[in-house]
Amino acid sequence: MTAYEAVIGLEIHIQLNTRSKIFCSCSADPWLAEPNTHICPVCTGHPGVLPVLNRAAVEKALRLALALDARVAPVSYFARKNYFYPDLPKGYQISQYDQPLATGGALPLEDGRRIRIHRLHLEEDAGKTRREAGRRYIDFNRCGVPLIELVTEPDLRSPEEAAQFLERLRQLVRWLDVSKGHMERGHIRCDVNVSVRPKGSTALGQKTEIKNVNLIDLMRPAVEQEIRRQIEVLEAGGEIEPWTLEWDEHARVLRKMRGKETEADYRYFREPDLLPLEIDRAWLDEIAASLPELPWERAKRFQEEYGLTEYDARVLTGERALADYFEAAVQAYRGPAKAVANLVINQVLRLMNEQKLTWEDLRVTPARLAAMLQLVDAGVIHKNALKKLVPLVQARDQDPKAIVEAEGLAQMQDTAALEALCARIVAEHPEEAAKYRAGKTGLLGWFVGQVMRETRGRANPKEVQAILRRLLEG
Amino acid sequence: MKPLWQWNLTDIVQALHRGEVSSEEVTRAFLERIQALEPRIHAFLHLEPEAALHQAREADRRRAKTQDPDTLPPLLGVPMAVKDVLTVRGMPCTCGSRILEGFVPPYNATTVQRLLDAGVIILGKTNTDEFAMGSSTENSAYGPTRNPWDLSRVPGGSSGGSAAAVAARMVPAALGTDTGGSVRQPAAFCGVTGFKPTYGRVSRYGLVAYGSSLDTVGTLTQTVADAALLFPYLAGFDPRDATTMDVPVPEVVLSQEPDLRGLRVGVPREYFVEGVHPQVEAAVHAAIRHLESLGAEVQEISLPHTPYAVPVYYIIAPSEASANLARYDGIRYGPRIQGETMWDIFFKTRGRLFGPEVKRRIMLGTYALSAGYYDAYYAKAQKVRTLFRRDFERAFREVDLIAAPVAPSTAFPLGSKTQDPLAMYLEDIFTLPANLAGIPGLAFPVGFDQDGLPIGMQLMAPPFQESRLFAVGHAYQSTTDWHTRVPPLHP
Repeated sequence: MTAYEAVIGLEIHIQLNTRSKIFCSCSADPWLAEPNTHICPVCTGHPGVLPVLNRAAVEKALRLALALDARVAPVSYFARKNYFYPDLPKGYQISQYDQPLATGGALPLEDGRRIRIHRLHLEEDAGKTRREAGRRYIDFNRCGVPLIELVTEPDLRSPEEAAQFLERLRQLVRWLDVSKGHMERGHIRCDVNVSVRPKGSTALGQKTEIKNVNLIDLMRPAVEQEIRRQIEVLEAGGEIEPWTLEWDEHARVLRKMRGKETEADYRYFREPDLLPLEIDRAWLDEIAASLPELPWERAKRFQEEYGLTEYDARVLTGERALADYFEAAVQAYRGPAKAVANLVINQVLRLMNEQKLTWEDLRVTPARLAAMLQLVDAGVIHKNALKKLVPLVQARDQDPKAIVEAEGLAQMQDTAALEALCARIVAEHPEEAAKYRAGKTGLLGWFVGQVMRETRGRANPKEVQAILRRLLEG
Repeated sequence: MKPLWQWNLTDIVQALHRGEVSSEEVTRAFLERIQALEPRIHAFLHLEPEAALHQAREADRRRAKTQDPDTLPPLLGVPMAVKDVLTVRGMPCTCGSRILEGFVPPYNATTVQRLLDAGVIILGKTNTDEFAMGSSTENSAYGPTRNPWDLSRVPGGSSGGSAAAVAARMVPAALGTDTGGSVRQPAAFCGVTGFKPTYGRVSRYGLVAYGSSLDTVGTLTQTVADAALLFPYLAGFDPRDATTMDVPVPEVVLSQEPDLRGLRVGVPREYFVEGVHPQVEAAVHAAIRHLESLGAEVQEISLPHTPYAVPVYYIIAPSEASANLARYDGIRYGPRIQGETMWDIFFKTRGRLFGPEVKRRIMLGTYALSAGYYDAYYAKAQKVRTLFRRDFERAFREVDLIAAPVAPSTAFPLGSKTQDPLAMYLEDIFTLPANLAGIPGLAFPVGFDQDGLPIGMQLMAPPFQESRLFAVGHAYQSTTDWHTRVPPLHP
């Protein structure tokens, strides 16, 4: 049996998070808005109106292009892509065709392999059509929302790589403030081109296209299924036909949407209503200078500079605000960064997750986080108390020190009193003490627990353990 | 004193300013003229006489109340008409098509807005070939307009309604649009002054697109001075139209002295060929000699690509039109013909509500843009288009202006070319080059043929040199009287 290799390329539409649409001043974020409330004569294609290009959309596209190390064309052109559909008001989509905004560049996978970018261009979104009980409802809110279309070279070799690419692209567009990147809201929509070939071959097989793989979790099952299908067809001596497929979420299978015979002729031609898009060198330099350190660069630096594990570094660079938060806390703390990383990952992120907090909501500031770690270092509190302290700082919006005092979270510093308490506990439980002395030393933990309960956690458990061991064994 | 309806725009503006006449009197005079002649000429698709009179009285009150007349809008209370392919908020905009019947735009074209800001009163919307596609106004779905000089003849097109309305003195001035000659050719046929600006000089916002890279908004007036008066209100950068240029609009000051010494006028030999009516040729030559008598130096020039104007234009304009007219699908506005399916609605609505010429051009354009034909037609036409620009660039290194006939003949009888689209397209041969090159043009009457029909000449200037056109046209009109002749219509 032949061993096969998959060849995968992606066509991704990214919704930009500009304030207004690409060619008019309507809001570009119509999520959950009543249908047809974010519209105007321009984005609904009324007679006589004209598009005017939104500079912010161009700037965001350039940010992404530069971050991917793509070549930005000094002059690019808009074109009309002609097709009829009721949710396409003008009967054409303004897109870019023969001269896109940028070409080339690459996005690195986790293992450092660079997935090459074929091209990247700007275009407008269409509206939405919903069919219900034999009727068709059209919502034009999304018409004219700015999109970047990004096409990769067929460099991906497995469903896992494709999923990872999408995940990293999502991370990047959020990191660059280019898109909100909410996949469940359709901010990133992905079509996947799949073909297979005998391992070792360099020729490309006939590809098929899977439309709308819009969730990362969908990538693996959808692409896996298609690879399996293609291999089965080839093994049976068949030929792959250039189908377009879509994922049926209900049955969790791919279905054929159409074959080649319905391929459209879009009759592209240059958009006469817009001037050639000339990118001023100085503007491009300005944008390049304003680009942040990229997430993978920063993760590498976190490992090198702070001695974090690869995993911790990756988690902490998942979002730019998180990475900034972490570094601010490290600066404020001046102690080992690993302690900061643990606290952020184990306590802060969990708290944010549980309480659905945004970074704006977060009251556990980097300074407060550092203060908590300093209280542990000074022996004022035990590190186990942090679990309690972090939610309290969030809830009360106060400095940790004030909360430690008000809540009596400080460790017992009075060794004599602790000794007396331990002695009382041992005296009150003669049976357990006897068992311990008879060799059931595992009971030590139980005694420690009793003491900790009495002190409501304020005792240093290591100290308690030492006293108890002395009392029981002495 | 001449009756009010015979006054030109400049006279009216001055008389209103001096308080010699009221806006209500002026407006009423033109409305009465419209009422008397409209049944015979059919220049209008929509009229709002009551609203116009109301605005006129408002304008008069405003003028009476003000302490400082200089702060009043400069064209306060002046009536005008607007071609029905330009949007006026609240007025129906049909573009001469059934597919936009009943459509009332909620926005003003920038040119309309600027006129309204200057105080103009819009009496109504004028007839046009459907979506400005035509040279006779016979392609209007609402019936043709007739030429005021001979009611059995066409007024030209597509701005035939505006040209006929000005010629018949139903309005002192009107807006038109010129994609391939649609202002200049009807101006010539109706004996009025038609002005087409440089592409990019006047906003296209609110001009219902036909051939986007060729469309311009121009004026139809009695005189060149009137066109020069309106020009600064229309011209200038518009943030709503990305193709308008931020080029300063010079103040137009017309000289009282018709002195053209130092002016070099080019006469393109390709515009005086077989097929041009001898009387047209004679009148244009006489007009050129007249410019010479005013001091201009005349020389023959060559615009070698002129014969390709028709094929190039009739690929580019329909290609753009095929996309521009895709939006009329019966979904969002305009009438809808119901069908079984979505596609059925599209086919029926577009199939039944577009007229034959519009369908012809949509099909031409769709074909020219199709895979496998694009390079041979659209791409090739774009290449030849740049040759037109070069023709003019080369010519304007030698001369300041170009003078030529507007159309090969005078107004033809209604129905005489409707069965022969190619003959109709050839009507545009001398006006198309200015659109393909994006340069400004000015047409005005220079004589009459033996049937008493007006003959027009056009001047063409380099991009953004409109003031040169006005200066020369005005010099011509201050020393001739063709433009003052009124068609012998008896109300």
